Amino acid sequence: MTEYLKIEHVCKTFGKGESRSEVLRDISLDVAKGEYLAIIGHSGCGKSTLLNIVAGLTEASSGYVFLEGREVHQPGPDRAVVFQNHSLLPWLTVYDNVRLAVDKIFRGRKSTAERHDWTLRNLELVHMTHAMKKRPGEISGGMKQRVGIARALAMSPKVLLLDEPFGALDALTRAHLQEEVMKIHAELNNTVLMITHDVDEAVLLSDRIVMMTNGPAAQIGEVHRVELSRPRNRLDLIANAGYIESRARVLEFLHKKSHYVEAA
Amino acid sequence: MRKTPAWVHALRARAIHVAGIVLPPVVMLALLGVVWEFLCSSPDATLPPPSKVVTDTWELITQPFYDNGGNDKGLFWHLLASLKRVALGYTFAATGGIALGVLIGSSKWAMRALDPLFQVLRTIPPLAWLPLSLAAFRDGQPSAIFVIFITAIWPIIINTAVGVRNIAQDYRNVAKVLRLNGAEFFTTIMLPAAAPYIFTGLRIGIGLSWLAIVAAEMLIGGVGIGFFIWDAWNSSLISDIILALVYVGIIGFLLDRLVALAGKFIGRGTVSV
Repeated sequence: MTEYLKIEHVCKTFGKGESRSEVLRDISLDVAKGEYLAIIGHSGCGKSTLLNIVAGLTEASSGYVFLEGREVHQPGPDRAVVFQNHSLLPWLTVYDNVRLAVDKIFRGRKSTAERHDWTLRNLELVHMTHAMKKRPGEISGGMKQRVGIARALAMSPKVLLLDEPFGALDALTRAHLQEEVMKIHAELNNTVLMITHDVDEAVLLSDRIVMMTNGPAAQIGEVHRVELSRPRNRLDLIANAGYIESRARVLEFLHKKSHYVEAA
Repeated sequence: MRKTPAWVHALRARAIHVAGIVLPPVVMLALLGVVWEFLCSSPDATLPPPSKVVTDTWELITQPFYDNGGNDKGLFWHLLASLKRVALGYTFAATGGIALGVLIGSSKWAMRALDPLFQVLRTIPPLAWLPLSLAAFRDGQPSAIFVIFITAIWPIIINTAVGVRNIAQDYRNVAKVLRLNGAEFFTTIMLPAAAPYIFTGLRIGIGLSWLAIVAAEMLIGGVGIGFFIWDAWNSSLISDIILALVYVGIIGFLLDRLVALAGKFIGRGTVSV
């Protein structure tokens, strides 16, 4: 396993004095290039805070994040975020939302025509070229999230950070988008860090699942490697022993063990 | 029996829809006119009834463009002079107001330093600035423009600042991930995100400007609709005053719609009219 993204002894406390609250305690994690890693935990356990620290949007109280051996201090397009609520700019069209990112990152490196093609290429990846002239207000929640993914992919990030990307979607749309993310991951071999609270989603998509204990002062409880060959098919997996076992391990942790580690 | 074509139905539905919007205010206006006519038609009424207003001012209505030199001009020229002053003062107010609003909306220290000052200054009535500006500029024209400026700028500053402060954290995060620089953030995120607030301020501002110009012109004289009203009062031409008020009202309304439409156009769908 080559060292790619490295999180070292990261702690995070908010506030000072009486109102001080410890959110993350001593988180260390290595993510290999091309790996799909899910971080799962109960809501409020600080998993989004961890993602924000990797993104550079939140500063760690102590500890470091390294990407390809370089310390991460601030946000940047090498760690593109797909936000839970899509965060598209409502005054720009679907195309312009993606193009904004493309223009900002590839200006000077790609010609105008190349930037146009690259924008289209990423919209094609998420099957959104048909609505590229529409504004975010005119498309469905699932479509917005696709555009959010296209925008992140268009940055050619070293790590793709997904913050509960499908959390706000209905079950069918969610399943559909999960399939597409799997396809994209298979095609581009991105390194992905995904926050989720959905056990099935974590098992279906990830190579490894990092289980977080409950906050305050959340830690990494267990790390489980999902030994399932790709491409994975949702329906085939229902009766797959490996799938059932992985699912059971994560569920067991979330319902039984997430408290023990805290007490220890 | 012949079937009625679809377009006839569509046309009829459209006509009913339009009539539903146009008829109520027209009927209301006619009713008010009748009441007014009835109330003011007795011989000892102090104000003229609408029929008399129209006959008295027929010349003014039909000849808005005459120019006999001096202040003896048609209403068009008076209105144009007032609009020019408003345009100038309001442009200064919009530019300065948005700039200051962005400043106090994005800087905590600018906000702490300037906000208390603005909160006090904005309560000063427009006309109270007039003597001071006359003393400073020693001329009616720049003084009137200054009064417009100082009247319109406060709501523009305050609304812009609120709009900038309320830019969603999501958009700021997007800007951070993309590493937008200050100028890029200003044009691609800040202005469109704050546009609904800015245009609320601009609409309040244009309304206040139009209120202030009429009052200011009454005092400074020269050509202008405010002076026209004051002059008519001095000559006891009550019907002229009423006609001028109708024009002032209609133009005020049009100015408001103009700014609202500009907001709709520039705000690219984020500003609701």
